[in-house]
Amino acid sequence: MRYITMFILSLIFWLLLTFDLTVPNIIVGTVSSIICSLFFGRFFITNVYKLLQPRRYFWFVIYLFVFIWECIKANLDVAYRVLHPAMPIRPGIVKVKTTLKSDLAKMLLANSITMTPGTISVDIIDDNLYIHWIYIRSEDPEIYTGMITGAFEKYIKRIIE
Amino acid sequence: MISLIFITIGILFNLLGCIGIIRLPDTYNRLQAATKCVTLGCCSILLGVVFHFGFSDAGTKVLVAIPILFFASTVGAHALIRGTYHFGIKLGNKSVKDDYKDALK
Amino acid sequence: MSNYLNILLYIQIGISVVCMYRIIRGPTIPDRMVGADIFGILVVGICAIISIQTERSFILDIGIAWIILSFIGTLTLAKYLTGKKLNE
Repeated sequence: MRYITMFILSLIFWLLLTFDLTVPNIIVGTVSSIICSLFFGRFFITNVYKLLQPRRYFWFVIYLFVFIWECIKANLDVAYRVLHPAMPIRPGIVKVKTTLKSDLAKMLLANSITMTPGTISVDIIDDNLYIHWIYIRSEDPEIYTGMITGAFEKYIKRIIE
Repeated sequence: MISLIFITIGILFNLLGCIGIIRLPDTYNRLQAATKCVTLGCCSILLGVVFHFGFSDAGTKVLVAIPILFFASTVGAHALIRGTYHFGIKLGNKSVKDDYKDALK
Repeated sequence: MSNYLNILLYIQIGISVVCMYRIIRGPTIPDRMVGADIFGILVVGICAIISIQTERSFILDIGIAWIILSFIGTLTLAKYLTGKKLNE
């Protein structure tokens, strides 16, 4: 089942990328999608029926807006730190515990953290994310966990799990 | 016209990221500043291209390119920072905390 | 309009040249790799601006291929930094 889903998705991707509905183009796209799904289908998500539930897409759109807002804030933050003559940085690596279970959700969370103000994810070991922070605002694990993952975790939980 | 505004904003962000890559003291901070600014800057430039071409073949191509750029740059930055740590580069001398050292043992 | 785009293109090329400074000068190997990674992303911006200037869309294909190749290159270099074999 997931091979078929991956085949359909990659065919759509090919058609969007080439934007051409002639017969040779469709044949080339079909053949390359079949090869791709045969090789990489086993890395695809396990439960494909989740793709058919519309409320996940609804939460995904809300998540996109939150994410873009955080991105813009991150850039203004970097601009402030770079242009300030004294460069107010206080870097370090902190450990953050996450409640997400599946691998895809952890990947999405780590990617979101990379684009939020002042943080970049270094590694994931089991349930712990290791995060390089350019300005450590507090020493208390509870407070900085809320600061780093609080904005995204609830949306990602609704999107994927 | 609106595309020129987006491209100008993107180039401003790129410029900031470039100043960051020159000024900041150690590898980790440089990677952090540069990745954020340059990724959003290039996405903004590509959005300007979308507004310029409209919904044609070039426009959809760019719309597909934006998520690719996002994932490529964030995953690349993550891999680079992890590689840097394993390579043995120390955190800069201004840094205050290092939890990752304990986890590797 | 075209004149203004020219100025923007020169600024973007100037930014990538400054990025080259980090590749040439960087004190350690990871510094050079950071410079190379950022340079790979900046080239996509150059491709996008040139495609607006010349009104041709095939330059965007070059940009997309450049992103993917630079991504694979970055992953390979990072794997080299961690000191493992490529198939681990």
